[in-house]
Amino acid sequence: MKSIHVSASVNGDAVEFICAPDESLLDVLRNRLDLTGAKEGCGTGDCGACSVTLNGRLVCSCLVLGAEAEGTEIGTIEGLATGDTLHPLQQSFIDHAALQCGICTPGILVAAKALLEKNPDPSDTEVRYWLAGNLCRCTGYDKIIHAVLDAAKTMRGA
Amino acid sequence: MRYARPETIEQAAGLLSQEQGVTRILTGGTDVMVQLKAGLVEPALIVDIKHLPGLRSITSEDGGFRIGAAVSGAEMGEHAALRALWPGVVEGAELIGSTQVQGRATMVGNLCNGSPAADAVPGLIAANATARITGPNGTRDCPVADIPAGPGKTTLGKGEIVTSLHLPARPPHSGDAYLRFIPRTEMDIAVVSAAVSLTIDASGTVTAARVALGAVAPTVRLVGPAADAIIGSKLDESALTALAAAASAACSPIDDKRGTIAFRTQVAGVLARRAAQIAYTRAKPTTGASQ
Repeated sequence: MKSIHVSASVNGDAVEFICAPDESLLDVLRNRLDLTGAKEGCGTGDCGACSVTLNGRLVCSCLVLGAEAEGTEIGTIEGLATGDTLHPLQQSFIDHAALQCGICTPGILVAAKALLEKNPDPSDTEVRYWLAGNLCRCTGYDKIIHAVLDAAKTMRGA
Repeated sequence: MRYARPETIEQAAGLLSQEQGVTRILTGGTDVMVQLKAGLVEPALIVDIKHLPGLRSITSEDGGFRIGAAVSGAEMGEHAALRALWPGVVEGAELIGSTQVQGRATMVGNLCNGSPAADAVPGLIAANATARITGPNGTRDCPVADIPAGPGKTTLGKGEIVTSLHLPARPPHSGDAYLRFIPRTEMDIAVVSAAVSLTIDASGTVTAARVALGAVAPTVRLVGPAADAIIGSKLDESALTALAAAASAACSPIDDKRGTIAFRTQVAGVLARRAAQIAYTRAKPTTGASQ
């Protein structure tokens, strides 16, 4: 297979990489760019653990080819905190103990950030539907929903 | 596998028609990538077309809308005028997958994937939508209803690409709706589905209707007798009963882990009836053209 050269932006930084034609963006992020925050849960777009933003739109990076990323802006969990200062969503997840094993957490944080950028004051139901594609087998979801709602409140007050 | 990103749609059609091996067209990738991952297909060539001119846009045309093949469900949901004119089509497209999948999944992909349970397709067929197709022999228009040919199959020829869908203009006091049954609230594949598009006159009498059913036959099915059951009525109880009976009579579903033949047949009638009631409410001038 012929390798493909791709130029893109990840969390605001210009990146270049070489990938195989059938390589997913998730594999590129993890194996070529050492950005291992996005996780492979299912590899078929069902679990949301690999969530990133592509030109501002929330997607599963396992369902995107690395080659498709040419010229795009990608946002990952690694871009959430500012230096050592956690994003309000990250702090809220810690405060609410909204994670146990943590595999789903990066995807949920990226997805929740995309929600709050679109809707700064979502209802409980809106958060649940938005995050329906982010599976968590530990928490039972309640703490996650509360953490997102609480972070939204903090961010509205900021 | 090769990945190609041609500069024109004609180039894309040329690449696809010249390739001897298995090909796949890439827009949203939410089916293609899953098939690749599962090893269900091993394409020799993937042709990415989403960057081509017009494929990412929703434009007004002849009183309706032309929707590019790479427009995602999320983009449709954010288009207020499209929602207002064809709310049932948009709600079908928006039911596909999660927020993440909505960021990429397209109606054309949903159509060309050929699933009898495709959520976007009944609404498109009820709407009498038309697909614009470019292939090695030029460009043609084709009713969406003529594209599905069976599970995983379409009537498209080698090298043909659906580049856009056209939703027609509609008379005043028209409405449409799509409903599906799934055993949970989100993130599932339709066990049965129904779409109804109708127009009423000033007295509230249905003057035109189209009814399409999903997941009850090898393809999404347009059910003429179900539409006939409500045309000329004010959607009274007897018309709704006749609609449900005609919808159920049109079913030839399979038994599988999602649902039995008997269940699908009965629920198709129930969903057709409920979708007709929602479409009727949306068509009523007193409540506005849409919700």
